[in-house]
Amino acid sequence: MTFSSQLIQFFFTGLTLGSIYALVALGFTMIYNSTGIINLAQGEFVMLGGLIIVFCTMVLKIPLLMAFVLTVTVVTLVGALFERLAIHPLKNASVITLIIITLAGSILFRGLAMFLWGKDPYALPPFSGGKPWHFLGASLQLQIFWILAVTVVVVFGIAFFFNHTLVGKAMTACAFNPLAARLVGIDVRKMVLFSFALSATLGAIAGALITPITLMEYERGPLLTLKGFAAAVLGGLGSGAGSIVAGFIIGILESLGAGLISSGYKDAIALLVLLVILWVKPSGLFGSAEASELKKF
Amino acid sequence: MAKKSFIVVLVVALLILGSFPQAFGAEKGPYSVGAVFSVTGGASFLGEPERNTVKMIEEWVNAAGGIKGHPLKVIVEDTKSDEGQAVLSVRKLLEKDKVIAIIGPSTTGESMAVVPIMEKEKTPLISCAAALSIVTPKDEEERILSAKTFEMPRKQNKWIFKSPQTDTSAVETIYDHMKKKGISRVAIITVTVGFGDFGRKELKRVAPVYGISIVADERYGPKDSDMTVQLTKIKGTNAQAVVNWSVGPPQVIITKNWKQLDMKIPLYQSHGFGSKRNIELAGGAAEGVLCPLGRLVVAEKIKADHPQKAVIMKYKTEYEKRFKTDVSTFGGHAWDALYMVIDALKGAGPHKAKIRDYLETKIRNWPGTGGIFNISPEDHTGLKKDAFEMIFVKNGDWAFAD
Repeated sequence: MTFSSQLIQFFFTGLTLGSIYALVALGFTMIYNSTGIINLAQGEFVMLGGLIIVFCTMVLKIPLLMAFVLTVTVVTLVGALFERLAIHPLKNASVITLIIITLAGSILFRGLAMFLWGKDPYALPPFSGGKPWHFLGASLQLQIFWILAVTVVVVFGIAFFFNHTLVGKAMTACAFNPLAARLVGIDVRKMVLFSFALSATLGAIAGALITPITLMEYERGPLLTLKGFAAAVLGGLGSGAGSIVAGFIIGILESLGAGLISSGYKDAIALLVLLVILWVKPSGLFGSAEASELKKF
Repeated sequence: MAKKSFIVVLVVALLILGSFPQAFGAEKGPYSVGAVFSVTGGASFLGEPERNTVKMIEEWVNAAGGIKGHPLKVIVEDTKSDEGQAVLSVRKLLEKDKVIAIIGPSTTGESMAVVPIMEKEKTPLISCAAALSIVTPKDEEERILSAKTFEMPRKQNKWIFKSPQTDTSAVETIYDHMKKKGISRVAIITVTVGFGDFGRKELKRVAPVYGISIVADERYGPKDSDMTVQLTKIKGTNAQAVVNWSVGPPQVIITKNWKQLDMKIPLYQSHGFGSKRNIELAGGAAEGVLCPLGRLVVAEKIKADHPQKAVIMKYKTEYEKRFKTDVSTFGGHAWDALYMVIDALKGAGPHKAKIRDYLETKIRNWPGTGGIFNISPEDHTGLKKDAFEMIFVKNGDWAFAD
């Protein structure tokens, strides 16, 4: 295997990891923008997405496409329900209280998943069968292309939603200034509900996509939350485009770090770069220094 | 007056009765044995079958009248796969429950954490984890690691035993097989937790004895979701085989990645691969994977006159009937550990020191699920490489490798 084909292999692995981190980071960003809180249950939405799609296709024998839609719907509802039951009833809670509640939520989801699915990992066949694709000496699983394609579609869909639909614009308005948004007649609390539902949707999509490659088990969430959070911070907390780019950067760094330097230190390498960037530019890659001074975090 | 004194006598009698419940009725006090397993958390695939197994044995023993009339009480503590929690559990068992002996913990890391406590409290421990370092004192381990030639320990931790086969034996079985196949350049890939660390150490230490050179040494985290990068690096070397050392989901992911990268060299897994679920999860990718396994996983295929046949078949049929799930080697480690303690209690009574001596000197030619045990003062595991068979995956099932 030549060095260039190794590089291609590392790069595509990084892209795959990166797209998952990007989706998780995007979920973080959405909730952060509408509420100012960090949703620590974000990784659990991914885990639920993976386990529910396995349940739909393997146990209920629903065809993949329908199972995918069903999974995303169910997890979206879970996200909405979580907001209604855990976040909504607290009228004047501080941000830190709400963050602790999301932490409790993540533990609860993990416990429920362990209770329902047990502790074993579950596998899902790839979305399309067939041999890995050989490209300049690298061999790439077809699922990688599914992940990349769906991530691109989702990212453009989200961009369209925020820039060209009324609800999306209303959510953006809440992110900029909740008080002003309320004054012009936007129901801010409803937007918070939407943001939770939407980030659960993103988590579910990510979970359903990666399960064929990585398997899924009940306690996969926390690590994804951590990596996604790192990406969200690196991108400048609150910037959608930033979180996506940062997700890919962290994924690719991790994979190149493992491939070229040392696989034992790959997480350290990625996080070291994160620290260096934040040291040089504390507002993150895409955040503005002015805006970050006004933020609570 | 007579009535009053009658009441006084009655009250006194009741008080005496109340304070000595065991003085009346011929009930003998229970023998308490502690069990510390990773029932939940990352290593729950070890702890759950272990817990099930000891609870099943406890019921059997008590249904058969206990140990010399004393009921057996197995107190199971869940470590949540956490080393700190394992230490707390062991302290609780020793101080609150006053157990005579402890079996477990399930993983190497947790076992290492509790070894100093057991040595200090002078209570026997039979660990259900594999690493040689659990039973070997630190200075002795350093001696054999720095020795120019391959050596096995001559000293053991006084109070510590373990029931799983040693990593060293698994490594020797793999290298034996490689030697037979003419493989001399090997790439190793290991997980960055206790099991992988110790496996890596042994793979490197034993290699020269078998004329094997390690040409790549890759690592990955226990929660990693993709190892194509590491395998790609290995593909770039002139290795003739890959050896992976891990437990749980990473083994399956590696197997899938190995197939995906279309690697032409054989993949050897550690003895941690011994669960049918791994083959199912890999969805066909596991075809051809080689691993050294105890005989439990190939129970039906062992010859009828093998000394382990009876115990293995009993465990397998009873466990599968009761828990409706495949038996695993991990539960077998708890089976061996608990039955050793039961034998020691029968032979030596409820004295910690006598139990320890019994375990060290009387467990000879003792067929268990993991192998035929021969424990001695120099070897607190009692299993050699003959406890393993080289197995490979064929048509979604285990088969003996040639």
